[in-house]
Amino acid sequence: MKPSYELLIIGAGPAGMSAACEAARNGVEVCVIDDQPEPGGQIYRNASRATAKQNQVLGKDYQQGKNLVDDFKSYGGEYYANVSVWHLDASNQVGVIKAEENYFISAKNLVIASGAQERAMPIRGWQLPGVMYAGAGQILLKGSGIVPRGELVLAGTGPLLLLLASQYLHAGVKIKAILDTTPKGRIVKSLDKLFSGVQGYEYLIKGASLLHHIKAAKVPYYKHVEGLCAVGLDRVNNVSFASATKAGRKVVNISLDVDTLLLHQGIIPNTRLARAAQCETTWDAQQSCWTVATNEYGLCRQNTYVVGDGARVMGAVASRIQGRLCGLHVAESLSKVDSHNWQVLHHDLLKKLRKENAIRPFLNAVYQPADAYLIPQQGDVIVCRCEEVTLSDIQDAVRLGCQGPNQVKSYTRCGMGPCQGTQCSNTLSHIVAKQTDMPMAEVGELRVRSPLSPITLGQIADL
Amino acid sequence: MFELLDDNHEFDTQISFDGKDHLVPSNITVAAAALLIGAKSIRETPVTGAKRMPLCMMGVCYECLMKIDGVGNQRSCQTLVRQGMVIERQIGATEVEAGYYEA
Repeated sequence: MKPSYELLIIGAGPAGMSAACEAARNGVEVCVIDDQPEPGGQIYRNASRATAKQNQVLGKDYQQGKNLVDDFKSYGGEYYANVSVWHLDASNQVGVIKAEENYFISAKNLVIASGAQERAMPIRGWQLPGVMYAGAGQILLKGSGIVPRGELVLAGTGPLLLLLASQYLHAGVKIKAILDTTPKGRIVKSLDKLFSGVQGYEYLIKGASLLHHIKAAKVPYYKHVEGLCAVGLDRVNNVSFASATKAGRKVVNISLDVDTLLLHQGIIPNTRLARAAQCETTWDAQQSCWTVATNEYGLCRQNTYVVGDGARVMGAVASRIQGRLCGLHVAESLSKVDSHNWQVLHHDLLKKLRKENAIRPFLNAVYQPADAYLIPQQGDVIVCRCEEVTLSDIQDAVRLGCQGPNQVKSYTRCGMGPCQGTQCSNTLSHIVAKQTDMPMAEVGELRVRSPLSPITLGQIADL
Repeated sequence: MFELLDDNHEFDTQISFDGKDHLVPSNITVAAAALLIGAKSIRETPVTGAKRMPLCMMGVCYECLMKIDGVGNQRSCQTLVRQGMVIERQIGATEVEAGYYEA
C-alpha cells in the first residue's frame, strides 16, 4: 500500500468495482480498499465463486455480477480486501487498518462507494435470537451457502423481501408465511409516479414474476400487517400481528410459531464515510433516509465522489453505470481521456443511468415504510441494541429538554455502542422529530467521528 | 436453525465452539458456522446479559461480536473459519488482558 494514489476507492461493490475498471482503463493510478474478504459488495457477494446450485437459486441478476467481479480481479490497479477505514476527513486523508497494521493514505481523488445497509425495523422483540434482517438471510445464502430450516416467517416491505422469498422457494426452503407491512392503498397512491417510470418496466415485470412465484407456491401471504411483534424469552418462539386474512374481511389478531423471523423494510445508504469526509447529506422524504448530495457523476466537491447506493439507493445496475461515469470523470479531470471519447461515452452513460433510475420514484413511494414501523409503538421496545436503550428512555430524555439526537446520545448512551449508531440513528431522529414536532432535516442525525470503526489502543499507539 | 443448501460440502474444518469440537465446511464465516451448529446464542450483552445472535451479517451492526482465538470483540460475520480455530461466546464486555497490547 502506497502513501498516496491518484484515485483511492473505498468499497468493492458494483459502483466501486466499475469506477476502478473505468478509471484504470483510462490510465489512472487506482487503489481499491474493501472491508469484505472478497470483491462483489453485498449484491454480488461471492459471485465469482458461487456453486451451480447457488447460481440457480440466486438467479440471473446475481449471475451478472460474475463478469464484473472477474473484470475487476484483473483490472490492473491495486486491491486490498479486509481493510477497515477508521479515519476520513475533508482533506481526503484516509486512515486504514490492514492486517492489524495502521496506514494513512492521501487520496488525490477519493471515491466513496460504501453501499447500503438494512433500514432498522425496531419492533418489540427484534433483538431476540432467531430474528435477523432478510438481507442477512440472503448474505448467508450467497456467502456461506446456508438456508433456514424449521418454521420461517418473512416480514416487512420492499423488493428484497419478495426476492429472498422467491430465492428460498427455488432452494426448496419452506416459508410458513410472508407478513407484508406495506400500508393499504400504497399502489393507488403511487400511480402518478408510475407513468414517469415506464422506462423501468423491466423492474415491474420482475416484481410481478416474484409475486406470481410466491402465489403459485401457495405461501400464506398476509397483507397490510400491523402491530408486528417478535415474542420469546431467550429466543423468538412466536410472531404476533394483526391482519385481514382475506380482502374485505375483518382485521384479526394472529399468532404464529416461528424459529426464524427475517425482517426487512428497505435499504438505506451507508453515509458514515461520506459524512466523515464532510460531504453534505440531505433528508430524502421519499426514500425515508439521508442521502448524499452529489451530481450524476457522484461528485460532492472537487476530488471527492460518493457513488452508488452509498449516496442514494439506486440498485446494482444503476450503481455500475454511475461507477463507470465516476471513473471516467476522474480520468477526464486528470486529462487522461480525449475529448471525443469523453463526449460520446459520458452522454451514453448518463442516458443509461437516467433510464435505470426512472422507476425509483414509484418504488420509493410504494415501499416507503409505514410510520408505525419507523418509530416503535411501545415504550419498552429497544431502539439502540448495543446499549439497550428503549423508546421510553429516549422520550424521557427529550421531555427533560434534550434538544436533538446528539444530546439524547449523551444522556442515554443511545448510539454509543460498538455499532456507533448504524442501527439506531435514524430511529432516534424520527422519535425526536415526532416528539418535538420538527422536520427531520432540522432534527439532523448523530454526528460521525473517528475512529469510524473500532480499533485497538495498540493500533493507535502504532501510528 | 440453518442447514446447507448443497449436500456436497465437505465438513473438513475442525473448530472448537464454546468448548465443543465441531466439523464445519471451509469458506464459511464464524457467524454462519454458529447458525449451522445450532448455537442458541453467540454472546450476552454487557448491559443486561441478554442473549444475542447475529443480525446483519455484513459487518455494520456489531451484534455478532465473539471471542475468537483468545481475542474478544471480533465480528464473527466478517471472520472465516480456520482449521483449529477456538471460538467462544462473548459474555458481557471483553476484559483487556494484561500484556495483550505489549509490543
